Order: sequence, then structure tokens, then C-alpha cells
Amino acid sequence: MKVTLRIWRQSGPDESGKLVDYQMDDVNPDMSFLEMLDVLNERLILNGEAPVAFDHDCREGICGSCGMVINGMPHGPQTLTTTCQLHMRTFSDGDVIVVEPWRSAAFPIIKDLVVDRTAFDRIIQSGGYISVATGSAPEAHSQLVPKPDADLAFENAECIGCGACVAACPNGSSMLFVSAKVSHLNVLPQGQPERETRVLRMVEAMDLEGFGGCTNTGECTNACPKGIPQASIARLNREYLRASLSGRR
Amino acid sequence: MLALWRSTIGKKAVMAVTGLAMLLFLIAHMLGNLKIFFGREEFDEYAHWLRTVGTPVLHNAWFLWISRALLVVCVVLHIVSAYQLSRRDLSARPKGYAHRLRPTASYATNTMRFGGIILALFIIYHLLDLTALVANPNGVEGAVYDNVVADFQHWYIALAYIVAMLALCLHIAHGFWSAARTLGAVSSATRARVYKAVAGTLALIISVGFLATPIGVMSGLVD
Repeated sequence: MKVTLRIWRQSGPDESGKLVDYQMDDVNPDMSFLEMLDVLNERLILNGEAPVAFDHDCREGICGSCGMVINGMPHGPQTLTTTCQLHMRTFSDGDVIVVEPWRSAAFPIIKDLVVDRTAFDRIIQSGGYISVATGSAPEAHSQLVPKPDADLAFENAECIGCGACVAACPNGSSMLFVSAKVSHLNVLPQGQPERETRVLRMVEAMDLEGFGGCTNTGECTNACPKGIPQASIARLNREYLRASLSGRR
Repeated sequence: MLALWRSTIGKKAVMAVTGLAMLLFLIAHMLGNLKIFFGREEFDEYAHWLRTVGTPVLHNAWFLWISRALLVVCVVLHIVSAYQLSRRDLSARPKGYAHRLRPTASYATNTMRFGGIILALFIIYHLLDLTALVANPNGVEGAVYDNVVADFQHWYIALAYIVAMLALCLHIAHGFWSAARTLGAVSSATRARVYKAVAGTLALIISVGFLATPIGVMSGLVD
């Protein structure tokens, strides 16, 4: 199949970028989107041009490294799918495919389609963990977790931190990401000692990074490759208001 | 409390609480408006009664002025929060996408800011029209029924009210359910559907209730 790629090219963080067209004449429909970019890059290298920089690692849809906005949709047109798991058969012959990086003040562009997502790391560092005594692992059944709580925690633990929620949100908000982490840890018994401080610090860190606020549009959930539900945001709000009123800091 | 106000979630909570308070006021206001269908005497009497609510514990019209003060506080907090959050939201994406994001959210959701501005302008006009009476074609104090009827003899005034009520309908349709979510009430997909249905029904009932007056006057049911 033939497609025209219109890719954002930007040589450095402070450079001005622009969309550049690349004609792809022999695309195998069974290629993943990233494999198709690999083919383009091999051609660019052979021609002595700079390859298109993009983040990728596992290519199994579980690491959260890849991600680009494809035709106005983070991770492309297929729901519950990361860019690496998106296949060219999703597109039609002759399509023009616009490929852009995540656009967010908190995710500055490093090069081409690669953005700096360390803002997420700083949010995690502020409270996205549990404190445990190190040493040998405790007996697995010593701490009971109700099945619905375990399911809820697991559903939210699926978040891979790719940033598609931020890219999709009209406000560039990271509420879905933070809500997944807070829901995951605050519902489990292991997360209870830091329940209030976790949510207070993570929301403070989130606001400091310059993300926008939530207006409950639901664009984040629809773009999320892991289907983190919008209900998690309601839980984050509840946890935050509860913690604020508790007087903890 | 200061930390709460500074946070994005805290500001949203302020918007939710003040929005719900204004919603309660609107329900009472809408129900009171419907008294116009019982005739001039009963409607004017009702309007006069509003000044005597709370007496003799409160002085004449004190209840009215306390309500007005609380509403002004709500409106100001709602607008200030919306303004500050919107500025933040806009600066969170300094450079937009070349290919427009494909919105999946509803029309009501995507027009909250625009609709809010329309409503703020409408409130100013509405107060000048039927409270201060300076913009009213009749403008006689105490003659509430005649003032309302005089308004809707003019198609452009009726149109302004109808447009504002449609904006109100959309604002409540997203606002109520968004407020519920902001205050942490919508914790599952099933409950989300329930709250959305309640929001839609409330929006419809309130806007239809308000629209009954201009339509009643224009159709000659009220004259």
C-alpha cells in the first residue's frame, strides 16, 4: 500500500520545527506503525538524511515508551492500542497520515517525535510508591485484600505512563495518569500509611509541572491504550478532598 | 484551605459547590416563574412575598438581600476559578496540533467556557431588565407581571432569553455531572450513566420551565 507521511521534524529542543512529507510506496499492511517508520528511517539514512527520532522500547504495548499523535489521535485510530501495536492495515491505500509529538508544556520536545516525560517521573517520586521494610518477602496471605479492591488496583496498575492522556486532553491535563497511580495504591492495604500524603503530594507535583486541570471531557480515557476508566479521576478527586480536609500534610 | 484553593482540584471543587448552589437557586427561581400562569394578582403577590420571607425574625427584605449576597459570592468564585483554570489550561498546550484533535466529548462539554460567558452577560442584562428595571420596556416597580409581559412583546428580547436558556441547558447538562465527578461521587461507569441521565433531565426541566414564560407570553397564554 501507498501512504504519505506528514511528520513533525524538529532537530532540537530550541529549534523551530515543521511538518515534512515522506512518500511511502511499498508499505506492507502487516507492518506495525513503528516498523513502517523503521523502513522510512533506513531509507533516510541511506540517503544521508537524519532519521526520524521516536521513542520505543518493548514494542509489545507494555512499556509506555512509544507514543505519537496520529491524525489527531494519540496512538492512532485504534482504541486500546499503543503505537507499536498499531498495524498499517488500519489505514487505507493513499492515506495522508499526520504524525506529531505529544503537545504539552510539561512535555518539552527533545527531537522530532521524542518528548521529555520526566514530569511523570517527578510526580511518581513525590508519592507514587509504598514504603515497605526490605528483607525477605512476607507470606503472601498475611495481608488479605478483598477481590473487588484487588481488581480495581490491578485495573489502574495497568497504566504504562505513556502520556497519551495528556496529549489527548484539550487542557493538557495529567489527571488520568495521577488518578491511576493514586487509585492503584490508595485502595490496597499496603498503601494505607501514605494514603493522604500520597495524594496531596502527587497533586501538588502535578500542578507544579504545569499540566492543565480536568474538565471531565473524557478524552483521556478514550485515548488511553490501557483503558484506565474516567471513574479513577472521580476517585482521585475524592481522595484529594478527603486528604485536604483531614489536615495531613 | 489555602493549599486546597491553590490546587487545580480545589478550584474545581469550588466551581462544583458554587455551581450546585446556583443550580438550587435556579430550580426555585424556575418554579416561582411558573406562577405567572396563575395570573397577574397571584404572580405579583408571590413577588412581594419574596421580600417578606423570614419575617419577623428577619427585617423586611433581609432574606432577599442575604440570598443575593450569597449568589454574588457564588458567581464571583465560580467565574474567578473558571478564569484561573482556563488560563492554566490554555498555557498547558502552548503549541497546538497541526491535525486537529478529534474530540469525542459532547457539544455541551466542549462549549462550557463559551456558554459560561453567554450566561454571565445574560445575568447582567437580566438584572438590569427585571431587577433594576432600567432596561425594561415597562419598568414599573412592583408590577412584576406587566414588566415580564412587556419584555416578551419584543421578539429580540424574547430571542435573547431563549438563546440564554439554551446555553443554560447545555451548561447544566455538562456542569451537573462534571460537578458530581469533581466532588468524587461518580465512581463507576454505571453511576456515570445515572448521573449523566440526571444531569440531562435537570437541564431539560430547568430550561423548559424557564422557556415557558416567554413562550407563554408570545403565544398569548399570558397577557
